[in-house]
Amino acid sequence: MKRREFLILPVAAVGGTLLYTLAGEPLRLQAQNGTVKVPLRFFTAEEAKVITAACARIFPSDASGPGATEANVVIYIDRQLAGPYGRDKYRYTKGPWVESYPEHGYQDKASPGETYREGLKMLGDFASLSPADQDTKLRSIEKSHFFQLLRQHTIEGMFCDPMHGGNAGLIGWQLVGYPGPQMSYRDEVDKHFGQPWRPKPASLEQIARRPGKPWEDEKS
Amino acid sequence: MTNLKPVDVAIIGGGWTGLLTAKEITAKTPLSVAVFERGGPRKFIDYAVTMDELDYNIRLRMMQNTAEETITHRHSLKDKAVPVRQHGSFHPGTGTGGAGEHWGGASFRFLPDVFTLRTHLLQKHGAAKLPEDLSIQDWAVTYDDLEPRYWKAEQMTGISGKAGNLRGEKIDGGNIFEGPRQQEYPTPPLKHSYASSMFETAVRKLGYHPYPTPAANLSEPYKNPDGIMRGACQYCGHCQRYGCMVGAKAQPTNTLMPVLAQRKNFQLHTGSWVRRIVHKDGRATGIQFTGENGEEFFQPASTVVLASFTLNNTRLLLLSKIGTPYDPNTRKGTLGRNLTHQVGTNTRVFFDKPLNAFMGAGELGSRISDFDGDIGFTGGEGEPLRLGMISLSNNGNPPIGSFGTMPQGASKSNWGSEWKKAALEWIDRSAGIGLSGEHLAWRQNYMDLDPAYTDKFGDPLLRFTLDWTDHEYKQREFAEKIQARIAREMGGKFDEGARPRARYNVINYQSTHIQGGAIMGTSPENSVVNRYLQHWDVPNLFVIGASSFPQNAAPNPTLTVLALTYWATEVMTDRYFKHPEKLI
Repeated sequence: MKRREFLILPVAAVGGTLLYTLAGEPLRLQAQNGTVKVPLRFFTAEEAKVITAACARIFPSDASGPGATEANVVIYIDRQLAGPYGRDKYRYTKGPWVESYPEHGYQDKASPGETYREGLKMLGDFASLSPADQDTKLRSIEKSHFFQLLRQHTIEGMFCDPMHGGNAGLIGWQLVGYPGPQMSYRDEVDKHFGQPWRPKPASLEQIARRPGKPWEDEKS
Repeated sequence: MTNLKPVDVAIIGGGWTGLLTAKEITAKTPLSVAVFERGGPRKFIDYAVTMDELDYNIRLRMMQNTAEETITHRHSLKDKAVPVRQHGSFHPGTGTGGAGEHWGGASFRFLPDVFTLRTHLLQKHGAAKLPEDLSIQDWAVTYDDLEPRYWKAEQMTGISGKAGNLRGEKIDGGNIFEGPRQQEYPTPPLKHSYASSMFETAVRKLGYHPYPTPAANLSEPYKNPDGIMRGACQYCGHCQRYGCMVGAKAQPTNTLMPVLAQRKNFQLHTGSWVRRIVHKDGRATGIQFTGENGEEFFQPASTVVLASFTLNNTRLLLLSKIGTPYDPNTRKGTLGRNLTHQVGTNTRVFFDKPLNAFMGAGELGSRISDFDGDIGFTGGEGEPLRLGMISLSNNGNPPIGSFGTMPQGASKSNWGSEWKKAALEWIDRSAGIGLSGEHLAWRQNYMDLDPAYTDKFGDPLLRFTLDWTDHEYKQREFAEKIQARIAREMGGKFDEGARPRARYNVINYQSTHIQGGAIMGTSPENSVVNRYLQHWDVPNLFVIGASSFPQNAAPNPTLTVLALTYWATEVMTDRYFKHPEKLI
């Protein structure tokens, strides 16, 4: 059996209390003491470090606000790749495999999980490079299917419901002023014309008062 | 193969058409009706915890599983088709309620001239001006045939809207170009959002005639003629691609299933994948299906109703060897002919103020039909050009899907600090002005069985041969000019550059409006089914759905599909069941 791999994170990054700020306003985490071990489902600890570093260049933590690292994007990606999506349970994977026009989209055999394994080889010792060298490296693989997936998954991990592992502490939703899956805007939809209206974000579980069932957790 | 106890009517597909057919037959006859749905069971209470963009809007959790079955696509007869490996340009549904659960709710009547399109264009332009490959034909029903059935469908679903032509009287604020309606909509229009109100003001200034999109999202609580009570839309922004958690959006699970659950002569079999319609000597004898655990069943039936999605209606007829497959070279045969989609183009407009566009409803929006139908504009060589509706909708902008939307040139890269900053600057400041364009039928656009790719059982996949023609490119170019005029009037910024003529692609979502393949007509030479959707060759088989449209009109098809279902089932219960051996 495979040895269990963990990602060590500061406590604050896994659902620690965050102060709500208005949309677009830079938001910094108050680092708290202590760490927590998050079990990994797909990556090794070493791979998780590389992906964390790459996501941090795609969606950096900088003057415009927090980024992929604070949102725990890597945990989101790890769960997706281990789940039915990462294993192509919902993609047509019968041959013959042929090259076709761009209008036919991705026609290769590799699943998202397999694509990441190949992509990790391309990234090599990415985590130890300087930020400038990291950008050069990413620029050189920008056209690859792997990079396109990584970029898309980084955005997904920033702004998904936290039940999927990303958007920790609703940090992504606070960043863009998205209130989460609120039950009703009936009294608001035709008001606030031309003015930002940003209710305090809440997760699906907080709103529905019971946990959702993320697809990646489904047994298949 | 296990033989089951015979039923009077076996219905293939548990979506809008299949369940509505079951409701109508069980209401008016004592016949035993069994519906076979390949997807799983669903109840509308399931939707309370499904307001999740990732699983539902991105991973498309409610749609058919493409790993089990998909279609293949090629642009022309010369090309080799490849599989659509994951959903893109359209989203077929599955499970109880089918795509009727995750639709947006747009509910239009088609313009009267749509039903007599060929006659209309011949009269207006003359045969010489119609392109050789144009394959359009008149429907075998008229607007007047369907008007009372449209009304039934609008009442059943409780459509919110405003009439623009009430018994011939044009009414400002409704769609004044629509055919005459006998009744005002069951419920008033939905509220406006900031963006849709800006659109409305702008198009009015330009002299057009805006009206609120008629929607199956209830604007107020409503009780339908079956006694089904539903609550009002909450504008939560989780509508299209989701089931409605409050039941405000009409779905088969909240309008038809509560009625059917009370009927003793009704049964629903989910997880039952119909593989063949069994027939002998011009009579359907029943259906063969595979159950959830892989067991094979034969269900004998006196009447078979094929009421699945357009794709599977055509495919199941092909697999069952019922009818003559269409040959685009000789133009002989009818099955698979006149495949149409919907023609769209979208102009993204950027504003200097936030729109709060996370709020919305499936079909909250404003639109104009000033350019719908035959707009009298002539394309190249004086050929007719038919356009469609231009609209702005607010169905709720989700955070993943809308992040990164920015004017062209706002960031050099599409990742990194500069991109992130630009994306944050432009968040919630854009809206799309869309086109729902009529898609005409062309000789070379059709469906048949793929020679190379198979489904999970080893049966051939359905193959699309489909591409845009000069007419569709001209439709887009014309619409983009109107969209630009409206965008300017709204005070927005947009990319003014010319857009390339992009071929049909299976990646980007267009709409789940696929029509044709088993079209209706006046004779077995030009159609698969007659005007009552009864199969010409097998009179105890009905094929219901948008598969019967000879070509698409501009608007979304669901309301017309429901009206046709009422039309067909009325004839079934009034006349057909008395003499099921005969053509009506």
